[in-house]
Amino acid sequence: MVATTNNNTGEVKYYDKAIRYFTISAIFWGIIGFTVGLFIACQLFLPSYLNIGEYFTFGRLRPVHTSAVIFAFGGSVLIATSFYCVQRTCRAALYGGDKLSMFVFWGYQLFIVLAASGYVMGITQGREYAEPEWYVDLLLTVVWVAYFVIFMGTILRRKEQHIYVANWFYLAFIITVAVLHIFNNLAIPVEINGWKSYSAFSGVQDAMVQWWYGHNAVGFFLTAGFLGIMYYFVPKQINQPVYSYRLSIVHFWALIFLYVWAGPHHLHYTALPDWTQTLGMVFSLMLLMPSWGGMINGIMTLSGAWHKLRTDPIIRFMIVSISFYGMSTFEGPMMAIKEVNALSHYTDWTIGHVHSGALGWVAMISFSALYYLVPRLWNKERLYSLQLVNLHFWICTIGIVLYITAMWVSGIMQGLMWRDYDENGYLTYSFAETVAQMEPYYIIRALGGFLFLIGALVMTYNLWRTIKGDLREEEPVGGEYAKKLQAQAA
Amino acid sequence: MWSLHEKSEKNSGLLAIFVLIVVSIGAIVEIIPLFYLENTVEKVEGVRPYTPLELAGRNIYLREGCYLCHSQMIRPFRDEVERYGHYSIAAESMYDHPFQWGSKRTGPDLARVGGRYSNDWHIAHMRNPRSVVPESVMPAYPFLEEKFLNYDDIDKHMVALRRVGVPYTDEMIAAAKEDVAMQVNPDAEKIEEFLNRYPKAVVANFDKKDEITELDALLAYLQMLGTLVDFSNYEQPER
Repeated sequence: MVATTNNNTGEVKYYDKAIRYFTISAIFWGIIGFTVGLFIACQLFLPSYLNIGEYFTFGRLRPVHTSAVIFAFGGSVLIATSFYCVQRTCRAALYGGDKLSMFVFWGYQLFIVLAASGYVMGITQGREYAEPEWYVDLLLTVVWVAYFVIFMGTILRRKEQHIYVANWFYLAFIITVAVLHIFNNLAIPVEINGWKSYSAFSGVQDAMVQWWYGHNAVGFFLTAGFLGIMYYFVPKQINQPVYSYRLSIVHFWALIFLYVWAGPHHLHYTALPDWTQTLGMVFSLMLLMPSWGGMINGIMTLSGAWHKLRTDPIIRFMIVSISFYGMSTFEGPMMAIKEVNALSHYTDWTIGHVHSGALGWVAMISFSALYYLVPRLWNKERLYSLQLVNLHFWICTIGIVLYITAMWVSGIMQGLMWRDYDENGYLTYSFAETVAQMEPYYIIRALGGFLFLIGALVMTYNLWRTIKGDLREEEPVGGEYAKKLQAQAA
Repeated sequence: MWSLHEKSEKNSGLLAIFVLIVVSIGAIVEIIPLFYLENTVEKVEGVRPYTPLELAGRNIYLREGCYLCHSQMIRPFRDEVERYGHYSIAAESMYDHPFQWGSKRTGPDLARVGGRYSNDWHIAHMRNPRSVVPESVMPAYPFLEEKFLNYDDIDKHMVALRRVGVPYTDEMIAAAKEDVAMQVNPDAEKIEEFLNRYPKAVVANFDKKDEITELDALLAYLQMLGTLVDFSNYEQPER
């Protein structure tokens, strides 16, 4: 493929090859990750049939699902969009060119394949969201340093005096994830030619380090990085500047400062000392403010142009995504209150909360960025079909709503059943009785996940036809209103 | 203030350093004291490193991802204490590399599952969980009793754990492989020595088979969980 792509500035040649590769890998791993998620969701109501042999049990596949959606899908979207954004906003070519960026691509793919195949074979550190063993961690460290060098090097080459706000978020994401990854994975291998290692920390300290990592994987991988996407792609798609520059400064620094403190809310009422739990809760509550600062800045970017929601389904994806961001960053601090957490912890409520962020916010903003990127990266006039984008939008939204409402009901119900007492002062329900009540909600959740997957397949088809160069003859999205606009423009 | 910010917007090195400082503060304040504040981990009698067989079993527990559905952390609530036993204390997981407190109870908490069910119950449960708990959604693990336990390098695992702070003695490491065989053989000659090394270890032919299988190891681990500390006169210190 040609090393460089033409662009509007006429002076700088951008390196887009790795971006195209990462775009494809985002779609590919997205489908894999959603499919595995659907499969393990079904295992919970068909345990005798779907836990197959030694390798395809829930326990081994669940990390495949989480790693595939967070690191493989989310990571590919983040790297693709950051390479795209940093070149355009700095008016500079990617540092290291195609060579270094393709090294990052293949290195990252190798990381994903080694990690996921390892889980199925039982190779794991046994730490949630940090399952890859030490040698895979080392590989990722090398790849991540190369990623940082490319990103920072490109910023240093910039022809704009100011570093654009999206790049602050990407930079904070890259730096913090490096710190988290290195410290959380400190371990001693049993043998240099064996896979097994033992964590450098134990018990209460290990728990704290792990959830410092775990919560900031959410805060920096799934939030700061995706806010970078929001700050570049939302104004571009709407064709208006970001609502408030000062708000972006305040909420950027407040967000990255406060997020780091929030980890202990995953350990409320555990053997972690009370002072740490209390700090974690207080900072989690404060985190609401910068989170909503970001939401307001994103949504208000559309102010004065709300009518675009009627005709542009990509903007629908963006606005609903940012709304889900606002909702889950309200729900999160609420669940970090110890009394609420006493009920919600260990239940499906947590799973529902994670997915309102992951499906609603992360995946939907990713889909909108992919719809923006693909025609531009492959030099096509437009997407194959906006009607299909709209179809994807509705299937996806309905799927998410089914998913999270099912988990709210099952989570709160099970939490209440666990603590229920009868008139004689005995526990009303055995644990097994509460499990039996979960079945209908597990089925509804799987249905929601199924719809979400179907939506993603519609997107894959649409993007594939776009790359092929096909244009669908279709009614404009927005019906009569859109036709009137077109007639006026003509 | 805005002009200070303008500097960092124009200087990428400055921006990166500011970011690094700002994201480090929370971690420094919350994590580092846990390593030196003495009351973080209570001083209690009874907590000991895992026997070689328990350690092998714990590694199977990790390998199968049990922690994704089972917690090992009982919270100090009336219902949890009545359902599972005394609430968990930090000392009980002080030798756990990594910790296995978990975050989700798709299945029940296992922090004190040791001694709760017979080995026969566990054997049936692992073959098919629904044969003993009809409502269960757990996968079946029939292959565990068919796979011989590989413990050729168990002493190396103990050396690695000693490097990260678990007090395994030279004697324990030298006897590691023997100890594996000893723990599944209640009639072993030197069983007293083994129990001196690892007080309260459960000695039994867990899987009721002649060979040492992965099920032996997993059950040795499960049957000791939460049994080491005597809570009959335990008082929680101020923290």
